[in-house]
Amino acid sequence: MALQELTYRDALRKALADAMTENPDVVILGEEVGRYGGAYGVTKDLIKEFGAERVIDTPISEPAIVGAAVGAAMTGLRPVAELMYVDFIGMTMDQLANQAAKIRYMFGGQIGVPMVLRTQGGTGRSAGAQHSQSLEAYVMHTPGLRLAMPATVADAYHLLRMALTKPDPVVFIEHKALYTMKESVDLDAEPLAWGKAAVRREGRDLVIVTYSRQLHYCMEAARQLSARGIEATVIDIRTLNPLDFDTIRAHVERTGRAMVVSEGVMTAGVAAELSARITEECFDFLEDPVVRVAGEDIPISVSTALEAGSVPGPQLIADTALRMLAGRVPA
Amino acid sequence: MYEADLRATAGRNMAGRVGAGANTRLPELYRTMRRIRTFEERVGELFVRGQSAGSMLHLSIGEESAAAGVCAHLRDGDSFTTHHRGHGIFLARGADPARMMAEIGGKEAGYCHGKGGSMHIADMGLGHLGANAIVGGGIPAVVGAGLSARHHKTGAVSVAFFGDGATGQGILYESMNMAALWGLPCVFVCINNQYGMGTNIAQATANPNLHERAAAFGLAAETVDGLDVEAVAEAAERLVEGARAGKPAFLAVSCYRFYGHARKDKSPYRDPVEEEAGRRQDPVAFARAALIDRGLESESELDRLDGEIGAEMDATIDFTVAQTEPPLASMFRDVYAPEEPEPEPVRARIDRVLARD
Repeated sequence: MALQELTYRDALRKALADAMTENPDVVILGEEVGRYGGAYGVTKDLIKEFGAERVIDTPISEPAIVGAAVGAAMTGLRPVAELMYVDFIGMTMDQLANQAAKIRYMFGGQIGVPMVLRTQGGTGRSAGAQHSQSLEAYVMHTPGLRLAMPATVADAYHLLRMALTKPDPVVFIEHKALYTMKESVDLDAEPLAWGKAAVRREGRDLVIVTYSRQLHYCMEAARQLSARGIEATVIDIRTLNPLDFDTIRAHVERTGRAMVVSEGVMTAGVAAELSARITEECFDFLEDPVVRVAGEDIPISVSTALEAGSVPGPQLIADTALRMLAGRVPA
Repeated sequence: MYEADLRATAGRNMAGRVGAGANTRLPELYRTMRRIRTFEERVGELFVRGQSAGSMLHLSIGEESAAAGVCAHLRDGDSFTTHHRGHGIFLARGADPARMMAEIGGKEAGYCHGKGGSMHIADMGLGHLGANAIVGGGIPAVVGAGLSARHHKTGAVSVAFFGDGATGQGILYESMNMAALWGLPCVFVCINNQYGMGTNIAQATANPNLHERAAAFGLAAETVDGLDVEAVAEAAERLVEGARAGKPAFLAVSCYRFYGHARKDKSPYRDPVEEEAGRRQDPVAFARAALIDRGLESESELDRLDGEIGAEMDATIDFTVAQTEPPLASMFRDVYAPEEPEPEPVRARIDRVLARD
């Protein structure tokens, strides 16, 4: 019952350490996870606590890192493979999409691949076009892969702990701009279940559906909107697969308006899927078209101005909501 | 004349071989190879009869010594992955040929209930971590299995079987490097049948001495002539036991793919003279000749054995033809674990979207 100040990074590290303490079959493998402590410091000092046979520094060989995790998961280990940047996921896509995702199915249910692929994505560090992407749509588009994207410190801890109990492969995408975010959390409090969306704020006028760092931009936008008399519901979907559409539906039916906010590029992205689904399933309740606020269909630049302009921010989210509700809400 | 040639060669190879008499495993190796050969012939027959699920059938005829020789040194608890042409390996590890054939026929009674087929057959009970339709795709799994064996101190080895085509894939080198770096109980077996689909190994590399690549990574590495299954088995014994003790290994088995890449490929890219010579490198005929030559089996005993195997494999076709297709509803099963909800069918979604009060 104790509140503690933790960063997103601390929470992830604690989740790994706690899981490794509880389950001796949990091993970590990836580039720089051991002696270096992880490119973003998430695995710092775990090698001292658990040894080099459980925190395994690998050569720079992303496909074989994921492939080895697949084989390890099939033979009794609980591997956490780390992909330093989600931008490298294309390197691993065969092992991820053709092997990990399909093994249970192809083999008629004989065995699953209980592994976690931890990685991080998103903008915010001027890291350029190959270190700043939001590629969750690749994963969400592949049946057989679970996908979690924590936005809060508590979820960083709990979703990672839960991912490490799941029978199927989980891709766990952290956001690089959140690692130093600090929150006061009680990790002993009962967490929201895996696969349940979190309603982070309730309001009568519209629903904003989002995840990962964009949650914080949506909350900021909601505060601005509230000052102008517009009350938004903000839903953090937390796990993109499984997707809790029931929660989204209930709130869209209640408010009649929906906006989907994602840092990934607009075309054929997560926002496109959510928007299509809301349109199909909540059509009779909608007062306005479902609006997608998503990343531009362009690569990410190093320039901080161009980088920030490439993805949604609080202002665009708030302005879009105001336009959706223009003249329909008392000023 | 062909048989006589083989016998003469076999005789020469046997000269000075220790244990050429009572201790030899040749009868057992021959039986394994003959079962593979006959099974593969029946797979071809299943296709011709229109009873296979598709034509993606890659036969290992001509390559039987690799499967028989290496698998002779695997034990319970060991694991392996295979490739496009892996029927023989699975059979050599003890698979039930009827359930294999049923899987190739896409039937419910098959090893994977008709979802995997020839290219994705697997059986956890026998340590078969899966055939693979991505060239090289199954290789890194043995590194993971090696990590498991080290972690749980099981003494198990894990063997990746692949063709010469996979030597063009980077993941082979990533995997061998990791295995060598960490001293894992892994063996990489390259069945060099000279062809990756229609491309000869000479068109795919400037250095066809494939074991040299593995040696460069620090693995124990050898090339062996696949014509002689005993030579394959001897090399495999050395390398598998070495791997068990922490020295990962690579074995290239030189052989010739007797037929086309898949069932519909008549190999028009190959010179008939080359094919004729290649098919003379027949490990099954070679072993048969050696058994007779060394007085280990008589021709009539072998004829009887071959006949029994023929009947056993005929029955796999009858079994397969009699089996049912998997039920349509099984389509949504096993995408995720059984305790998880199945994906919602598209038809159900459409019904829900178009439902009006």
